Amino acid sequence: MRRMNKNTAEVVIIGGGVTGCSIAYNLAHQGCRDVVILEKSYLASGSTGRCGAGIRQQWGTEMNCILSRESVKLFEEMNDTLNVKRDIEFKQKGYLLLAYSEREMNQFEKNLALQNSLVIPSRRVSMDEIRKIVSYLNLEGVKGATFCPTDGHANPFRVTQAYAGEAVRLGAKIYTETEVLDIKTRGGKIQGVETDRGFISTENVVNAAGGYAFAVSSMAGIKLPVKSERHEILVTEPVEPLLDPMVMSFSYNIYCQQTPEGTFIMGYGPEDAPESFSIRSSRYFLRKMASKVTSLLPVLSNLRVVRQWAGLYNITPDNQPILGEVPGLDGFYLAVGFSGHGFMIAPMVGILMAEMILGKDLSMEHKLDLGRFERGELILEPSVV
Amino acid sequence: MSNIEDKTIICRCEDITLAELRDMIKEGFTTLDEIKRISRLGMGPCRGSNCLEIAAREIARMTGRGLADIKMPTNRPPNSGIKLGVLAGEEDE
Ligand SMILES: Cc1cc2nc3c(=O)[nH]c(=O)nc-3n(C[C@H](O)[C@H](O)[C@H](O)COP(=O)(O)OP(=O)(O)OC[C@H]3O[C@@H](n4cnc5c(N)ncnc54)[C@H](O)[C@@H]3O)c2cc1C
Repeated sequence: MRRMNKNTAEVVIIGGGVTGCSIAYNLAHQGCRDVVILEKSYLASGSTGRCGAGIRQQWGTEMNCILSRESVKLFEEMNDTLNVKRDIEFKQKGYLLLAYSEREMNQFEKNLALQNSLVIPSRRVSMDEIRKIVSYLNLEGVKGATFCPTDGHANPFRVTQAYAGEAVRLGAKIYTETEVLDIKTRGGKIQGVETDRGFISTENVVNAAGGYAFAVSSMAGIKLPVKSERHEILVTEPVEPLLDPMVMSFSYNIYCQQTPEGTFIMGYGPEDAPESFSIRSSRYFLRKMASKVTSLLPVLSNLRVVRQWAGLYNITPDNQPILGEVPGLDGFYLAVGFSGHGFMIAPMVGILMAEMILGKDLSMEHKLDLGRFERGELILEPSVV
Repeated sequence: MSNIEDKTIICRCEDITLAELRDMIKEGFTTLDEIKRISRLGMGPCRGSNCLEIAAREIARMTGRGLADIKMPTNRPPNSGIKLGVLAGEEDE
């Protein structure tokens, strides 16, 4: 057995996705360098490496607007702040959100007022403007749209690697191919983590296990109100630049973007997918996705699909993440339940988690603690896919 | 390092040279999954028909592992690139 060359740490992070790596970097950056990440496979092998990697600030609650706005600022600077070797490919060509009913457009208007009050540069766009932004979009049924030019997307593997690389330079240790099997607790405190490569004693554990958050929390005897849901996605062959912004609609249920290297990435929420995890349901997705996208963007009909895959959304009752320490179990921290938007807020989540773990003042107010479900203080975000 | 090695392109879809591959392995990316994701090696239209094999040999050689220990990435469906327009027209079975 290849044992770890470390048997104690100040903080142990379970999960080497974008969340775990962002937390590790921010802990080290804020002065706590004795940090270990345990990842059962390789970095970004979970939801992070499978995601659409879209980054939008057009949200309907103040908290989500601020989380994403601040994260966008961090993405903008990331190539420099994290001394990256490989460009994170942050492309800011905007998100175009399409409304298909007056009711949806009314909600968008409310969201715009909120976003603009928080200096997010989103705006309503006329039908003519939509045509200017994406000339070949089929506007049948479209009642209006909003656009935020600083939204965009980035390369999720490179972002994760950027955080991991800088965390390691600052002293953090990362063990890949290392699975956490158990979390030892005693008298309401964390004692350590058992892995398939040995035991690490620690007083602080962070559950950043993405789609496996429930299983990992259960190891410490904590049952979380989260469930994992399979979401499918596909990518096409690369072509010349055709589409600047991410095109997205909640009611038509689609997102589609062209990456800097020319491929198109697209998906939709599995509202009507048959309950099956088989390859058959993948064929179902392929057909349904193709018919949705070719009707909205007919110009894509000749594009060939290169790959399709699936990943997990870790979903909470209010579609908002759970961040913070578990009441009654000192030193057990959660950064889970990102409900399909954990990539875009990971920069800010990393900062907040590090501040919580180190007992510092928080950079922003939030009500994302586990206790909100018991208190009945669910966060009602009207704009999720 | 020799110039020939620097310029030998091992992944034509993504223009990756042997020297670049060796740098990634030296940096600690020692699985094909990691190398694919960080550099897109093998992710282009040819679906890695040449480069993955070369990369696997290089990883094995540089890390002293046997070729059989290098995991080949999952080949995801669909195997032949089908056009979106064709898929959209497919009937439900
Ligand atoms: C199809 C799809 C599209 C998406 N699109 C977007 C988008 O456009 N924008 C956006 O912001 N978000 C999007 N998301 C959501 C986003 O992918 C996630 O919210 C985010 O990646 C979560 O990151 P994470 O680090 O918390 O989890 P993960 O990336 O899943 O990382 C958790 C890690 O923990 C490891 N792990 C689990 N159990 C153990 C154990 N016992 N021991 C050791 N390691 C363990 C796993 O191997 C995994 O690598 C999408 C998700 C999917 C599936």
